[in-house]
Amino acid sequence: MDIAILIFLSSGLFLGWSLGANDAANVFGTAVGTRMVKFGTAAAVCSLFVVLGAVISGSGAAHTLGKLGAVNAIAGSFMAASAAAMSVYWMTKAGLPVSTSQAIVGAIIGWNLFSGSSTDLHSLATIVSTWVLCPVLSGLIAMPIFLLTGKVLKVVKLHALRLDAYTRIALIVAGALGSYSLGANNIANVMGVFVDVSPFTDFRVADLFHFTSIQQLFLVGALAIAVGVFTYSKKVMLTVGSGVLPLSPVGAWVVVVAQSVVLFLFASEGLEYFLASHGLPTIPLVPVSSSQAVIGGVIGIGLVKGGRNIRWKLIGRIGIGWLATPIISGLLCFVLLYFVQNVFDQQVYRPTPYRLPAAATARLQDLGLDPARLAPLVGKEFGRETAFRAALGALADLDGDTRDRVSDLARVDPLRVDADRAVEGSNGWFSPGQVTALRRLDGRAFDYRWQLVDALATLSEDWRMLPAAKVNKLKNKKLRQQYDALYRAFSVPPQ
Amino acid sequence: MQIKRLNVLGRTLRLEREMDEFLDRVSEAGIIFKKGVASYLAGGISPEFEQLIEKISGLEKRGDEIRREVEYELYERTLIPDLRADVLSLLESIDVLLNDYEENMYRFLEEIPDIPDQHAGDFTRLADATVACVECCVLAARAFFRDLNAVGNYTHKVLFHESEADDLSSEAIQRIFRSDLPLSQKCHLRYFLDSIDAVADRAEDIADDLTIYVVKRQI
Repeated sequence: MDIAILIFLSSGLFLGWSLGANDAANVFGTAVGTRMVKFGTAAAVCSLFVVLGAVISGSGAAHTLGKLGAVNAIAGSFMAASAAAMSVYWMTKAGLPVSTSQAIVGAIIGWNLFSGSSTDLHSLATIVSTWVLCPVLSGLIAMPIFLLTGKVLKVVKLHALRLDAYTRIALIVAGALGSYSLGANNIANVMGVFVDVSPFTDFRVADLFHFTSIQQLFLVGALAIAVGVFTYSKKVMLTVGSGVLPLSPVGAWVVVVAQSVVLFLFASEGLEYFLASHGLPTIPLVPVSSSQAVIGGVIGIGLVKGGRNIRWKLIGRIGIGWLATPIISGLLCFVLLYFVQNVFDQQVYRPTPYRLPAAATARLQDLGLDPARLAPLVGKEFGRETAFRAALGALADLDGDTRDRVSDLARVDPLRVDADRAVEGSNGWFSPGQVTALRRLDGRAFDYRWQLVDALATLSEDWRMLPAAKVNKLKNKKLRQQYDALYRAFSVPPQ
Repeated sequence: MQIKRLNVLGRTLRLEREMDEFLDRVSEAGIIFKKGVASYLAGGISPEFEQLIEKISGLEKRGDEIRREVEYELYERTLIPDLRADVLSLLESIDVLLNDYEENMYRFLEEIPDIPDQHAGDFTRLADATVACVECCVLAARAFFRDLNAVGNYTHKVLFHESEADDLSSEAIQRIFRSDLPLSQKCHLRYFLDSIDAVADRAEDIADDLTIYVVKRQI
């Protein structure tokens, strides 16, 4: 086993540990802060379900790649993961709940700046809007739930002890479910980029039990998360559960419910598809993060109670933490990349040339552009995306979306179709029509991603994007994930 | 997990029953105390009075046992973490009421106060008002666990009965000190009246505490 892989893997484990130390507070913070669930019990339940979520539902072999997948060299991923982990660790040390995903996105932006790739402004806007929208929505939802719960409890007249027992069970069940989805959703961010270099091998026990190398890799990542939960999560849990506002146990439960409702209503594409496919009005999807939702819920309850007990100073610190996390992570990543590239002579990004081919003319027309205007760019090679975009900007005044599309057309990314490699381990993720199309193209080489897309779309309608509509959103998302998996599998390493 | 959950609920229900039983014992002790005072006034230290003392001692002992069990369970299983301190203090204060009943009965047994017939009615009325006050306090405590809105009604009644007990005791003392009884006997009787009235005062203190606990228990 290559020792370098183990070193690279360590950054994923560090990120996993940081994630466990910080994000466990989102699911068990209020329960532990109100002393309804002992820290040891919370840590044990959280760890168990994080591991189960990561190993069972941590997304299949073919389509596993977290946000860090945008980084195209393993040493770059290593530094980005380390930078994100360090910034989350600092915030955890200060007892502040922050979003690990935002730390990762911050690190990727640092990598983009370093490698000269353009940054998707949409992810930046997403982060900033999450800081405002998510806590506000969560607070607004927590308020009526809190008031309603109070009214119901007055009518039901449960004995204090029985109410205590029910609340405790509800908090543990909610925490377990939350931990399961924490493991399932975040393991790709922690370990996803290491899937291709996994040092493990599959093993079977008498055809009954099949433990894939990816599952083993995820298990190791999940164990790192679990260690983070056990060793370092208590401080953030106490900030969430009792630092901002002295919560009652029922209040703790309301926060958990409000958080889940926010995640379900405003982040569930499944719900949007269900509503749209039944002709019902859909709820606008907004970027949400459980770290932000949980704080919003606590503030909502504090406001219902008159707002006197809320520690605004701490809220201010948490807000600064949210702001600082992606910024610190991005800056740190930039500095670390510079260091690793120049001191250890590691390749931290794979240069991607940009060259607009003449064959892209028809596509430019589809975008409503006059190919003649962009003619000076055709055939000309640029070493970095930012240089190409600057030249493009000098020729035509395009909006952000069109600029992204032209940039995608010019991005040189040599691919060679290897149908077996793509289909292997995908467990029916690709439809039979898709597989047939892939096999027909087996061995063919493409210089651009869009050429592969065109070729596949001509062969099978299963490879064609559906018109942009809410009912088609999920299908198009899956198709994009499938294409991403193909780009990864077919990528031709530079000579 | 399922079995453990049922077990957790089973233990909770048992604890709930024990708390109810504890409060039942205090109510029962009030009835016995009233009977005991009536029995003493009618026939002094009689076999019936001694039997009642034995009964109230049994209740006090059982009350102590339940209180200790409940306290231990609450701490050992970290139940009702937000209310635990208040609940423990409430149970301990109510247990003191039970002790007070027993102590007052024993005082009659040990000191055999000589209560003239013309003052017997004062003692009966004071004992009735005190027991009514304690009973309302017990009802308020029960409501604290189940129906917070009702607590106010009962604590209000506690205050009423306590003030009634104060008036009755004051009037009785005035009557005693305006009589021809020897000073030593007057002092002795006043001491008994004060001691019974003190039980109502303690119930009033508990009601005041309960009012604060209710504010804290609002979710």
